[in-house]
Amino acid sequence: MSWYGTSTEAIRSREPSPPGGSTVRLTVEQASYAYAVGASSAPTFTLGATSFQAHEREMVAILGPNASGKSTLLNLISGMIAPLSGRVELDGQATSRLDLRTRAQRIAMVHQESPMIFPPTAGEFVLQGRYPYGRALRLPTDSDVAIARGALAQLGVEHLVNRRMKELSGGERQRVILARALAQQPRLLLLDEPTLHLDIGAQVELLERLRQLAEENRYTVVVVTHELALAAEFANQVVLLHQGRCLRVGPPGEVYRRELLEQVFEAPLEVEMGPAGRPRVSVRARRSENAT
Amino acid sequence: MRPLTLRRLGWTCAALALVLLACVVLALKLGAVPISVTDLVWNLARVAIGQSDQLPTDYRLIVFELRLPRILLGILVGAALAVAGASFQALLRNPLADPFVLGVSSGAAVGAIVALIAAPRAVLVTPLGAFLGAMATIAAVYFLGRREGQLDSATLLLGGVICASFLSAIIWFLMTTLAGRDLRGMPFWMMGDLSTPLPAGLRWIFTAGLLAGIGAIYTTAADLNLLLTGEREAIHLGVDVTRVKLVVYVSASLLTALAVSASGAIGYVGLLVPHAIRWLFGSDYRLLIPASALGGAIAIVLADTLARTVVAPTELPVGAMTAIAGAPLFIYLLRRRMQ
Repeated sequence: MSWYGTSTEAIRSREPSPPGGSTVRLTVEQASYAYAVGASSAPTFTLGATSFQAHEREMVAILGPNASGKSTLLNLISGMIAPLSGRVELDGQATSRLDLRTRAQRIAMVHQESPMIFPPTAGEFVLQGRYPYGRALRLPTDSDVAIARGALAQLGVEHLVNRRMKELSGGERQRVILARALAQQPRLLLLDEPTLHLDIGAQVELLERLRQLAEENRYTVVVVTHELALAAEFANQVVLLHQGRCLRVGPPGEVYRRELLEQVFEAPLEVEMGPAGRPRVSVRARRSENAT
Repeated sequence: MRPLTLRRLGWTCAALALVLLACVVLALKLGAVPISVTDLVWNLARVAIGQSDQLPTDYRLIVFELRLPRILLGILVGAALAVAGASFQALLRNPLADPFVLGVSSGAAVGAIVALIAAPRAVLVTPLGAFLGAMATIAAVYFLGRREGQLDSATLLLGGVICASFLSAIIWFLMTTLAGRDLRGMPFWMMGDLSTPLPAGLRWIFTAGLLAGIGAIYTTAADLNLLLTGEREAIHLGVDVTRVKLVVYVSASLLTALAVSASGAIGYVGLLVPHAIRWLFGSDYRLLIPASALGGAIAIVLADTLARTVVAPTELPVGAMTAIAGAPLFIYLLRRRMQ
């Protein structure tokens, strides 16, 4: 966990830019959910009422330790599951009521990587992002090919177009997977633990790129992560979850309080405010505490 | 980037159709009584211009009553098995899936035999019994292959192999205890055999069933491409995964059932052909399905020609030929996967 302290000036490249003037794109209002084994059995996991709003060009980090309800909230936002109470809306429409095709045109989801059989080339893979726009056989049109090429170019991986997915490195594959989401031309880009298998350099690069994409393509980006330092550097807003409860929502500077984070992550942490209003988080070793 | 175009799809299928035609000519020519290509072309031309009554009797018997129906049956069976194999590979997300390896062919055979015993005179009873047998087996293998709610590749294959062995034992049992009945021979059900032509009344029904099965699977070809790169991802790209799985499950079972009730359990075509096509033309299911149908037809026509000629005048079951080619490929793919 040494990276908790990694908050160099280089990665603090952008100030938090409150998207003033732009309209609300994503509304999560008092949304809750409960998982149960059977219809009549007691729920095994509940996500309590959660509320926040996100604008275009904004990046939201859903933060929390394992089993805090991060993925459940992401599934609610993506429309895969409908909230038990409250509402989750994208541009005023409930995401869970959108038909599959419309939903795929508006919301792109990047998962932790699934194993592929018969891996396609990077180009074929990115063209799959055009699936929600085609009919029947979905043979790609010239414009589909141009959009796929553009997505690869935007992520700097155009040269990988004819390489098989299995031949790519972890970082290259991650970018191609992101390019497929870009090819969907969504309004909302959702990412589930995108930095999980990346080294610190690749993590920073990915998040910088996401910030840039949100800005250039006017996306709203929602990232699920448990990486405090990165969320502090890059998110406009943080939704802090713990054991299925939404504890705090707001800019990192407001949410990052030492006592709160220590309680949630069960680790001795140090939080100090950086000059740009971005908090810095570092780990305080327990043994040094004992020594004093 | 070389995206799939209608043009490439058309040319690839046309090229494979030409290869199939060449194989058909070869299969008509070769056999216990060899026939020269010139004679063959000449006599086929006579038939084409409506002078079939002028054909020599022996030609008519050998070419049009013995070899041609057998070749046409081989084309139907090969196409059905290869498309079923490619479909099971996508449905179960397992490159080693094949109707024979997974026991689906044996399940179809048991279903067909039981149906034959129950109602020996009913017309469609064999394919119907085979269809139910195939559906039940693939469902059983699917549930055997699940571990902690996930489909596990190795457990699935093992479940399939065990099912196949269990069902083969049932076939032996039924054939032995009901030896006096007209249930066709053991080699037919265990290895596959094309020497019994389809009854005339069933030919069109089989052809229609085959086209409907392949057609239904083809409507999901774009979805299957996405399914291969992850099920959750496919849902988020707009694929109705439940519908696709149901269509493929029913249609691939139907194709296996048609093939097995017409020719017994011919193995490895569903494994061998889609892998060869992937190696040649890539793994896009929009091309893979029609190309596998043609490739399967080519494979069976060639395998059956070999089975008829290699120890002529004695014939081998066609399944022996496909197993000789397919089993080593299976081992090769399994080892590569384990590495």
